[in-house]
Amino acid sequence: MQFMLLFSRQGKLRLQKWYVPLSDKEKKKITRELVQTVLARKPKMCSFLEWRDLKIVYKRYASLYFCCAIEDQDNELITLEIIHRYVELLDKYFGSVCELDIIFNFEKAYFILDEFLLGGEVQETSKKNVLKAIEQADLLQEICLLCLPLMFKNEYWLHGTKGNGCPGEVWEGEFLKTCCWRQLSKKLSENSEEDISIKYI
Amino acid sequence: MPAVSKGDGMRGLAVFISDIRNCKSKEAEIKRINKELANIRSKFKGDKALDGYSKKKYVCKLLFIFLLGHDIDFGHMEAVNLLSSNKYTEKQIGYLFISVLVNSNSELIRLINNAIKNDLASRNPTFMCLALHCIANVGSREMGEAFAADIPRILVAGDSMDSVKQSAALCLLRLYKASPDLVPMGEWTARVVHLLNDQHMGVVTAAVSLITCLCKKNPDDFKTCISLAVSRLSRIVSSASTDLQDYTYYFVPAPWLSVKLLRLLQCYPPPEDAAVKGRLVECLETVLNKAQEPPKSKKVQHSNAKNAILFETISLIIHYDSEPNLLVRACNQLGQFLQHRETNLRYLALESMCTLASSEFSHEAVKTHIDTVINALKTERDVSVRQRAADLLYAMCDRSNAKQIVSEMLRYLETADYAIREEIVLKVAILAEKYAVDYSWYVDTILNLIRIAGDYVSEEVWYRVLQIVTNRDDVQGYAAKTVFEALQAPACHENMVKVGGYILGEFGNLIAGDPRSSPPVQFSLLHSKFHLCSVATRALLLSTYIKFINLFPETKATIQGVLRAGSQLRNADVELQQRAVEYLTLSSVASTDVLATVLEEMPPFPERESSILAKLKRKKGPGAGSTLDDGRRDPSSNDINGGVEPTPSTVSTPSPSADLLGLRAAPPPAASAAPSGAGNLLVDVFSDGPAPQPSLGPTPEEAFLSELEPPAPESPMGLLADPAPAADPGSEDIGPPIPEVDELLNKFVCKNNGVLFENQLLQIGVKSEFRQNLGRMYLFYGNKTSVQFQNFSPTVVHPGDLQTQLAVQTKRVAAQVDGGAQVQQVLNIECLRDFLTPPLLSVRFRYGGAPQSLTLKLPVTINKFFQPTEMAAQDFFQRWKQLSLPQQEAQKIFKANHPMDAEVTKAKLLGFGSALLDNVDPNPENFVGAGIIQTKALQVGCLLRLEPNAQAQMYRLTLRTSKEPVSRHLCELLAQQF
Repeated sequence: MQFMLLFSRQGKLRLQKWYVPLSDKEKKKITRELVQTVLARKPKMCSFLEWRDLKIVYKRYASLYFCCAIEDQDNELITLEIIHRYVELLDKYFGSVCELDIIFNFEKAYFILDEFLLGGEVQETSKKNVLKAIEQADLLQEICLLCLPLMFKNEYWLHGTKGNGCPGEVWEGEFLKTCCWRQLSKKLSENSEEDISIKYI
Repeated sequence: MPAVSKGDGMRGLAVFISDIRNCKSKEAEIKRINKELANIRSKFKGDKALDGYSKKKYVCKLLFIFLLGHDIDFGHMEAVNLLSSNKYTEKQIGYLFISVLVNSNSELIRLINNAIKNDLASRNPTFMCLALHCIANVGSREMGEAFAADIPRILVAGDSMDSVKQSAALCLLRLYKASPDLVPMGEWTARVVHLLNDQHMGVVTAAVSLITCLCKKNPDDFKTCISLAVSRLSRIVSSASTDLQDYTYYFVPAPWLSVKLLRLLQCYPPPEDAAVKGRLVECLETVLNKAQEPPKSKKVQHSNAKNAILFETISLIIHYDSEPNLLVRACNQLGQFLQHRETNLRYLALESMCTLASSEFSHEAVKTHIDTVINALKTERDVSVRQRAADLLYAMCDRSNAKQIVSEMLRYLETADYAIREEIVLKVAILAEKYAVDYSWYVDTILNLIRIAGDYVSEEVWYRVLQIVTNRDDVQGYAAKTVFEALQAPACHENMVKVGGYILGEFGNLIAGDPRSSPPVQFSLLHSKFHLCSVATRALLLSTYIKFINLFPETKATIQGVLRAGSQLRNADVELQQRAVEYLTLSSVASTDVLATVLEEMPPFPERESSILAKLKRKKGPGAGSTLDDGRRDPSSNDINGGVEPTPSTVSTPSPSADLLGLRAAPPPAASAAPSGAGNLLVDVFSDGPAPQPSLGPTPEEAFLSELEPPAPESPMGLLADPAPAADPGSEDIGPPIPEVDELLNKFVCKNNGVLFENQLLQIGVKSEFRQNLGRMYLFYGNKTSVQFQNFSPTVVHPGDLQTQLAVQTKRVAAQVDGGAQVQQVLNIECLRDFLTPPLLSVRFRYGGAPQSLTLKLPVTINKFFQPTEMAAQDFFQRWKQLSLPQQEAQKIFKANHPMDAEVTKAKLLGFGSALLDNVDPNPENFVGAGIIQTKALQVGCLLRLEPNAQAQMYRLTLRTSKEPVSRHLCELLAQQF
């Protein structure tokens, strides 16, 4: 895959991911041309079109168009399902995703995409595995990484007894602090068997 | 699902985004952004050190602004700082910023690489993945240099986590695609292949992509992957729909992995091992069988995933092209899809069938679907689907169905989308020519093309019909009659006027016996269009008129009147004016005999590749390439499509039956009042009679020239300066040389080996040796990409009259150049006589479906045939004096472009080919050389003297040879070198 674009019905670009080196000018030109071409197509038309020497695969979900550019030998149908799987991942993560989620949490949309596709190829197709990676990252979000080994050693937070304190001074906002701790401890108690990778932290 | 994830507390960012969204106008948005940028800038510049959180927030805002489409020129350093944060979230944002806004500042890159290095070494899988993602997203050469050696180690290390392996595999793939030279092959490659056996499906999925890419460049090193891929595929295909748990997608087991495995197998020919092959065929059959089973789900995702595998399976079957049974089954399956209610499937079936049509095993099976495809062309509502249908019709066309297909395509042309009309026109023109059973059908088809879509009929198409008519005397009368009728339409396209003008000028006499198309009628018909036409067409018509004067003496007075009119003789356009003046004078000065010789019928065109084919190849069009090759393999179709057959002069005029056929094929348009029977009879009478006079014939050189020039009815005497400006098919055929061509050539004046040309796709190296008047050159074409080049064809072209001066024999090279591979071409060169311009090398190929073409100058210059001659000072001066005529000497005084180093200069002069003579010039600073240029026809003695002036940084170069142009040319060549 050479690139992926998400844009709204009004032609606003919501996400862009480029897997080939291009200058900013070229990217803008491609985006402009492609958004125009795809928006001009009628609903019942087929999801594939030839564009320059690439194949474009696109699909509309509510107000958002997902559009991938693939190479000559690439498989159109499986690309269509790449799009769908990505939508499913966003949906599961945000809980019935909408355009606003992607606007306000654009960085998350990029992180999820990176777990799923890398360098333009499918990296991991299992929904569970992708989301696990993202959730782990989320759990780490506000945890002081310096403290983690310490916490493991003491194990006090695993049992949730002393779980409200952190030895370092690393984050701001009382609310977040507690919220994170609860999340992490809850998560760990739920997945103590399955979620091995947490132990590697 | 995690509520925590939504916004990790960056309230400022959320507020900013809402602000932007609330902006009523673009101006307001820009104002808000500028305010924010100023704020961020001041924060970054402020004395107070920012904490990690604020840094992250601002970097994230910058990223948002950039993604909105605004330029960001700061913040990189802050982002790099985030990389080394020990807070995951900060690190992650830092990496995201770096991946999106890559900056080539080397100091930054050093810092980034350092941070990545630390994370890769951290043994923390989450950090390692972040770092790997960043490398994969950026994929720059600098990153390749820093990490290409480490990543294979991470990939195959026993203790790497699965997720790290996945990221490492694809990261390496990206680096390998960007700069394959940086990735060291080694012991790890064998272990990578064994990742196909990995327990973790995600690891296999990632690894297959990497292996596929590596295979393309080093097929032999990765051969073991075939059997592993087959057994993996077989396990997936035969597994029940739920066996693979989370890797099952809508009841389809591991669709992505299956597709990738099938792609991998397409890098190789069918497996040699019978057991492996048997297992694979079984898989392919299972996939085909499953396609017939009722769907396990009504969801479109189920059918898409299932059919994705099916189409990839069919691609593999077509790639093998060896199992007739499977090919026919594939064809039947696609046939079902042609009528599927899903537009996507119809589109893909048409596309896939296009490739099936070129296989000998399935061509007939494809043809059975012709009615469905024609129906698709008529009824599909989506233009891209109609386009596929047109492509497929083109691919499935052969002699048996050509008439039907051509007439359907012509009908489609009337309503076709403007964007694809030109391509359809080309295709119709090619099919009509390739499969013409009788030429009158061909002529009718092309004239119909002009009638229906005149604007889209390119020069190549109408040149071609003229070439064919000129070369086939059995169709000339018919063509004259038909264009005459077509021109009677009240409005006809200018291209029709061009074709009509040319044909009537050549063959108008064949229909002149009919009073309805008598010479004055023909003339006034053409002249009635004259004023509406462009300059190029008017120039062509003037040539037609002078030809009329020869064909029909009775029109002479009228035509001279036209030529004499002020609007011609004083035309603002130089070309028209010149033609009018010259033709007028020619017609009044020359005797009838001279006129007849000058204006005699054009000689047949020499056989060559159809210019239309070349044009189509340049245009993008799937199926075009393969079918063209197919056409070339088919000897039965050679008579027309390979090129125009020169009609031997001994062959008599057409048989009456051919004309009858022509009559049946093309009833005259209703508008025409001419009784066709009579017209036809006339054709017979005339063409049997005095038709083409025995040609005095142009010399071979002139014939060659006329091939390069448009078939404008001009005298072979070269009375006219230039052909019509619009027409120049010869040079268009090879394309203009690339701009830096002379610079490239200059590099090779004094040396024989090196890299002639290089871009992102292709490298051309050259090695050559010359002895006497002979030379041998090796050209090395290296494919720098990972994708196979198709239809690769380098050809040597002799512009102008170089043909008579230099003979270059080339060997064909393979039409495919694999990714990373190099092919070699040998040229044998013989210098026949002195020459000034080097031959051109035209390289064409298809890369990823897009036609590429490139024209270079071959590094063959006259000095390559230098024979150094040693002589004493006395001899030198004696000869120098002998060559004292002013035109024998060429001199140039010029500024030094390179440092003036005596040793380098010596080396260059020796490389140039002459001998260096010591102790000849009284001034030891000067260089003196002598040599003989060896050609087959003659030898040219050359003496040279180069006087450097170090103070002024100037040279004076003097050359004396026995031939004036050689002196000048050598002087120019050599002067470029210092």
